[in-house]
Amino acid sequence: MSDLIVAVLGKYNYWLCIVLMMIGLYAMIAKKNLIKKLVGMNIFQTSIILFYVSIGCKKGATIPILEHRADHSVLVDAAHYINPLPHVLMLTAIVVSVSTFGVALALAIKIYRKHKTLEEDEILMQLRSE
Amino acid sequence: MMEHYPAFIVIVPFLFAFVVSGVAWIKKELCFPLTLVGLGLSAWFSVCLLRQVATTGVLKYRMGGWETPWGIGYHVDYLNGLVVTVVTVLAFINLIATRKNVTEETPEKEGAFYSLYLLFIVGLTGILLTGDLFNLYVLLEVASLTSYALIGMGSGRAPMSSLNYLFVGTVGGCFYLLGVGYLYIMTGSLNMADVATLLPKLYNSNAIVMAFIFCMVGASIKMAFFPLHMWLPNAYGFAPTAAGSLIAPLMTKVMVYVLIRLILTVFSVDFAFVVMKMGDPMVWMSSLAIVAGAVFALSQKNLKRMFCYIIVSEIGYMMGGAWLGNNAGMTGAILHILNDAIMTLCLFLCAGSIYYRTHGLELDRLKGLFLKMPVTMACFVASALSIIGVPPTCGFFSKWYLISGGLQAGQYGFVAALLFSSLVNVVLFFRVIEISYYGDFETHHGHGSSPAVVMESPASMLVPLLIVSIGLVVVGLYTCSIVNHLIAPILMQHGF
Repeated sequence: MSDLIVAVLGKYNYWLCIVLMMIGLYAMIAKKNLIKKLVGMNIFQTSIILFYVSIGCKKGATIPILEHRADHSVLVDAAHYINPLPHVLMLTAIVVSVSTFGVALALAIKIYRKHKTLEEDEILMQLRSE
Repeated sequence: MMEHYPAFIVIVPFLFAFVVSGVAWIKKELCFPLTLVGLGLSAWFSVCLLRQVATTGVLKYRMGGWETPWGIGYHVDYLNGLVVTVVTVLAFINLIATRKNVTEETPEKEGAFYSLYLLFIVGLTGILLTGDLFNLYVLLEVASLTSYALIGMGSGRAPMSSLNYLFVGTVGGCFYLLGVGYLYIMTGSLNMADVATLLPKLYNSNAIVMAFIFCMVGASIKMAFFPLHMWLPNAYGFAPTAAGSLIAPLMTKVMVYVLIRLILTVFSVDFAFVVMKMGDPMVWMSSLAIVAGAVFALSQKNLKRMFCYIIVSEIGYMMGGAWLGNNAGMTGAILHILNDAIMTLCLFLCAGSIYYRTHGLELDRLKGLFLKMPVTMACFVASALSIIGVPPTCGFFSKWYLISGGLQAGQYGFVAALLFSSLVNVVLFFRVIEISYYGDFETHHGHGSSPAVVMESPASMLVPLLIVSIGLVVVGLYTCSIVNHLIAPILMQHGF
C-alpha cells in the first residue's frame, strides 16, 4: 500500500494528467450535448499539453536564459535550467487545439442552424425521421 | 534550386492557399486557375524529386539550415518520394475533374474551398516528407483540420458527420502526440533517424512499449482501421463530391504510410516483430477488417457508401501486408498504397460524374446508365475490375504480392480473407453493373433529373477520368519495374 502511495505521489504530475484525460474522455463519450462534448475534447487535449509542460520541469532550476552568453569562462550546467523544448512544442500544440476547437464550433453552428438544437439524441431523431 | 525541391513541394501550395483566399475577395474566377498552378508546381516538383532520388538515393534537406537533431529535417527516400508523387499528381487530376462539381455544390465558396484544398495537400505532403516526429503531428493535424472543414462544407448530414470525425480524429491525433511524448522522455530526441539510433538500448523499457502502442492506435484511428472505422463511411459519404474524391483516396493511404514509416524507420522491424510480437495479432485484426468491410459493403444501398466500406476493407489489405513481416507482404502493402489510391480515386470520380448528372447515388437510380453515360461506366468497370483484382489492372499485382506474402508467412486466415473480399467485390460490382446495364431508365420526379437531362458528363470530367483509368492498366503493366527500382531498395535498406 505504501509503495502505491509513493508511486502516486512521486509522479503526481502524470497522475493528474491521467485524471484530466479521463474526465475529458468521459465527457466526449457520455455527454449528449455537442458543446459539452467539445469541452471534453478540449480538456483531453489540455491534459496532454500539461503532460508535456510538466516533463520540462526540474527541481531548483531556473528559466533557460543564459546571463553570461559571451563569457565562455563561466561553465553552463544544464541541470540549472529547465528544458524549454517541450514548452515550445506545446505552443504549437496549443495552436492546433485552438484551431480544432474553432473548426468544431463552426460545425456546431452549422448543425444548430439546420436542426435548431445541439442535443445529439434530438439531432439523431431528426435525422432518422428524414 | 534543385536541392530545395523538398521544401517547395510543401511551401508552394501553402503560399498559393493564401493567395487564393485573398483573390477570392476580388475575382472569383481566378481561384481555380491559381489552385491549378499551385498544385501543378507541387506535382512537378515531386516528380522531379522522385527522379532525383532514383538517381542519387536518399536525400536529406535541413529546414532553414539547422543541423538535424536540433532542427527539422526533411528526409526523402524511395518510399515517401513515391507516395508524395502519387498524392500530388492524383490531387492535381482530381482538381481538374471535379471543377464543375465544386461550382455546383459549393457556389460562392470556391475561394474557401480551393484554399482548403491546397492546405490539405500541404498537410499531406508535409506528413510524407518530414523526418521529425513532432512536425509530423502538426502536419497531421493540418491535414485533418482541413479535411474536417472540407467535409463540413457539404449539405445535409455532412456537418454532423464531420463533427463526429473531428471528435474521433482529435483523439487519434492526441494518442499519437502522447506516444511521441513518451519517446521524447526516453530518448530526448524528436528526429526519426536519431530516435532510431537511440532506441535499441531501450527495447525492454515499458515506456517505449507504451509509446509504440499509442502511436499505432493513433495512426489506426486516423486511417479507419476496423474496428476504429466508425467515422469514415459517414464523413466520406456525405462530403461534397470534390472533397470526398480528394480525401478518400489520399488521407487513409498517407496514414498507412505513417504506420509503415514508424515500423521501418523509427521503431525498427526488430522491435515491432521480435520484441513486441505484434505480427500475428495484427494480421488477424486485418483479416477481420477485410471481412467486416466486405460484409458491410454488401448491405449498402448507396454507391458512395459502398465505396467507403470498400476502403475499410482495403485498409485491412495494407495493414495485413505490412504486419506479415516478410518481403512479399511489405512489397504488397507499399504497392497497394499506390494502387489503391489510384483505384479509389477512379471510383470516386465515376461517382462524382454520375452524381453530376443524376443527383443521386442510390443503387436503383443507376438503371440504364450504360446507355446514357457509356464512358463513365466504362471507367467504372475498369476500376471495378482493378478492385476485384483482374490482370492486367494494378489491383491484381498488389493482391498477388499480398497473397504470396500470406502463404509464405503461413497466415492462411489472411489469405482466405483476401480471397473472400475479392469474391464479395465481384458480387458488389456486378450487382451495380447489372442494374446499370440491364435496368430500364426510370424517371425520378421531384429531383430534377428527367431522362433528357441525364447524358454523358462534360469532357472536363471525362478526360481526367479516362487518364486515371488508363493509369490503372499502365501502373499494372509497369509493376515489375516499380517493385524492382523503388520498393525493393527500401526493404533491403531495412533488413527485409
